[in-house]
Amino acid sequence: MEYFLSEEQKMICELARRIAEEKIKPVREHYDETEEFPWPIVEELAKADLCGVYIPEEYGGTGGGVFELCLAVEELCKIDGGIALVLAATALATFPIMLFGSDEQKKKYLPDIAAGKKLAAFALTEPGAGSDATAIQTTAKKEGDSYILNGTKCFITNGGEAQVYIVIAMTDKTKGSRGASAFIVEKDTHGFSFGKKEKKMGIRGSATRELIFNECKIPKENLLGREGQGFIVALKTFDVSRPGVAAQALGIAAGALEDAINYSRERVQFGQSISSFQAIQHLLADMATEVEASRALIYTTARMIDKDPKIRVTKEAAMCKLFASDVAMKVTTDAVQVYGGYGYMREYPMEKRMRDAKITQIYEGTNQVMRNEIALALIKEAARAKK
Amino acid sequence: MNFIVCIKQVPGTTDVKIDPKTNTLIREGVESIVNPFDSYAIEEGLRLKERMGGKVTVISMGPPQAESALREALSMGCDEAVLLTDRAFAGSDTLATSYTLACGIKKIGEFDLVICGKQAIDGDTAQVGPGIAEKLGVPAITYVKKIEEIDQARIKVERMMEEGYEVIETNLPALITVVKEINEPRLPSLKGMVRARKAEIHMWTASDIECEKSKIGQAGSPTIVNKIFTPPPRKGGEVLLGDPEEQAEKLVDKLRQAKVI
Ligand SMILES: Cc1cc2nc3c(=O)[nH]c(=O)nc-3n(C[C@H](O)[C@H](O)[C@H](O)COP(=O)(O)OP(=O)(O)OC[C@H]3O[C@@H](n4cnc5c(N)ncnc54)[C@H](O)[C@@H]3O)c2cc1C
Ligand SMILES: Cc1cc2nc3c(=O)[nH]c(=O)nc-3n(C[C@H](O)[C@H](O)[C@H](O)COP(=O)(O)OP(=O)(O)OC[C@H]3O[C@@H](n4cnc5c(N)ncnc54)[C@H](O)[C@@H]3O)c2cc1C
Repeated sequence: MEYFLSEEQKMICELARRIAEEKIKPVREHYDETEEFPWPIVEELAKADLCGVYIPEEYGGTGGGVFELCLAVEELCKIDGGIALVLAATALATFPIMLFGSDEQKKKYLPDIAAGKKLAAFALTEPGAGSDATAIQTTAKKEGDSYILNGTKCFITNGGEAQVYIVIAMTDKTKGSRGASAFIVEKDTHGFSFGKKEKKMGIRGSATRELIFNECKIPKENLLGREGQGFIVALKTFDVSRPGVAAQALGIAAGALEDAINYSRERVQFGQSISSFQAIQHLLADMATEVEASRALIYTTARMIDKDPKIRVTKEAAMCKLFASDVAMKVTTDAVQVYGGYGYMREYPMEKRMRDAKITQIYEGTNQVMRNEIALALIKEAARAKK
Repeated sequence: MNFIVCIKQVPGTTDVKIDPKTNTLIREGVESIVNPFDSYAIEEGLRLKERMGGKVTVISMGPPQAESALREALSMGCDEAVLLTDRAFAGSDTLATSYTLACGIKKIGEFDLVICGKQAIDGDTAQVGPGIAEKLGVPAITYVKKIEEIDQARIKVERMMEEGYEVIETNLPALITVVKEINEPRLPSLKGMVRARKAEIHMWTASDIECEKSKIGQAGSPTIVNKIFTPPPRKGGEVLLGDPEEQAEKLVDKLRQAKVI
């Protein structure tokens, strides 16, 4: 489908594709096997200016938005669905600074992030607070010119590798969901350490780690937005970051589709290529239709966000993540089917895609939670229309 | 310092068709790329600039569409680009190509080092680099795999040989041709691509570069191509089966039959 990308957007796609093909493809198995952190790829993305595609030019980025981020993530994920998280998860933690940060905070953090010198991570989840984020126990107590953080965050992408952490903590437990605040915490701050590094099913080139705050003292200037705004920061961030997760899912699915089509033309059984069997053709047709539909939904939502940041996109962002991730799961499963037994073998890139796809249905809000949010928005809209 | 890199645009595939009437390559409809060896030349120029300061100018002789090769070089970080393009250059052989490029380089002005690829993947002669050096009257070192030392006045390099390498030192200005062992070319950057898209490419014709009409294009090309053909593919070999002793026996028989032993 023709999406009428600008010259610069086409360049982003071309560059991301080249990095994926030339730099990531040769090492994707290595990172999947070893679960090492792909620093050499971070360097490549940095040199290509791709770390700042969604950051304004005045802070060293190239001035694009959510759409440009999605394009880069999609291309990278066609080849590897995990490594691109160095970019996408950093964006998840950079959006709050862009949306709620003071001028000083923006000047301090955005240029290094745009240049790829620093990665970032967003820390909300805790052992007892996943879908129910309001159950977080981590506290931040104000003491003079500082806040003291105590608590544990788990499953944090880029944990241990990132320099900049956005941490949501309770500043006033008595106020419930209005008692949380967002903070910027730098790596190497006294009292901030890293716990267990998770061993995962997929996206194994991405680090997922525990963050431990033990009497961790940070200057009060590191409060992001106002006290009590913590969950608002988180929700507004998800509105702009979920299309990015959706783009990850889209890339994984699109890569699987491309390989499946090529494989079906090469694989011969019963004296003919398997692409001549209607059963395979119909699989491919459904896969392609679903991939294109999720692309159209994501691109449209991303363009909407970039065009007018004031439009509320909670519903659309949730739809993107919900639809694209379900499509990715289905398409990668079917792509394995097209590959037959070879699809199940780790020598081929298919089973990994299936493992990578699964996470997109879970993080940044599970798909059950996405459906809750979409339905809630629908009901609210209907109620408003009635008035 | 001033570095000049010569790049050629070549077809992106190795199976180019030959026009049977003119014996020249059919370039229409074939995707074009920067001659791969020239990417190493560009990378080396950029590294030298980053180390020593100065400027990298890329130059190419070719049809107007060679502009895209130059823009790719700019997007990697080269500062200026020159395209020598004129119908009068058409039909150049290596002699005329070298002469024309040398005239272009003289027009660019002061230079310290000219860097070429070891050879073009289409023409494959590896003559143009040394040819340019000859016309410029500077020393040439071919097949450079490493620049050991360089300062304002001298350069010391490792020159790749079939076995081992030579260490050669010479005065600047000079010309080198590089092999792929010398570096790993960078990818372009987004900012570089945006800049390259808008950048001006200097387009020079025959009259811009003060060249003698008799030395350019067809007129300046003594090479006559009589016939171009693809040699027939070698027939597949024969695999001798059996245990090692049987194999050796069969092999000796065959060699005797063929009167090799
Ligand atoms: C690899 C990985 C990386 C991650 N990265 C980050 C990160 O960078 N930062 C961060 O903060 N978090 C991160 N997370 C955490 C992630 O966002 C949570 O795992 C997710 O929100 C789900 O929470 P949970 O695991 O506690 O599941 P639970 O909330 O316990 O959910 C269990 C099941 O119950 C369902 N469920 C729960 N509540 C409802 C409900 N109200 N209605 C219907 N169904 C419901 C869920 O959909 C799910 O199926 C990451 C997780 C993983 C696995
Ligand atoms: C038998 C034969 C048949 C030929 N047929 C044709 C034909 O059909 N059509 C046709 O157009 N040409 C043809 N030529 C090719 C033409 O003469 C050469 O392409 C040209 O002179 C460059 O030589 P080369 O490709 O061997 O480059 P090489 O000498 O192998 O190149 C070495 C280096 O010189 C530099 N260089 C070479 N060419 C250029 C350039 N144009 N601009 C900038 N730098 C350059 C590059 O750095 C390159 O890496 C033919 C040549 C021969 C010998």
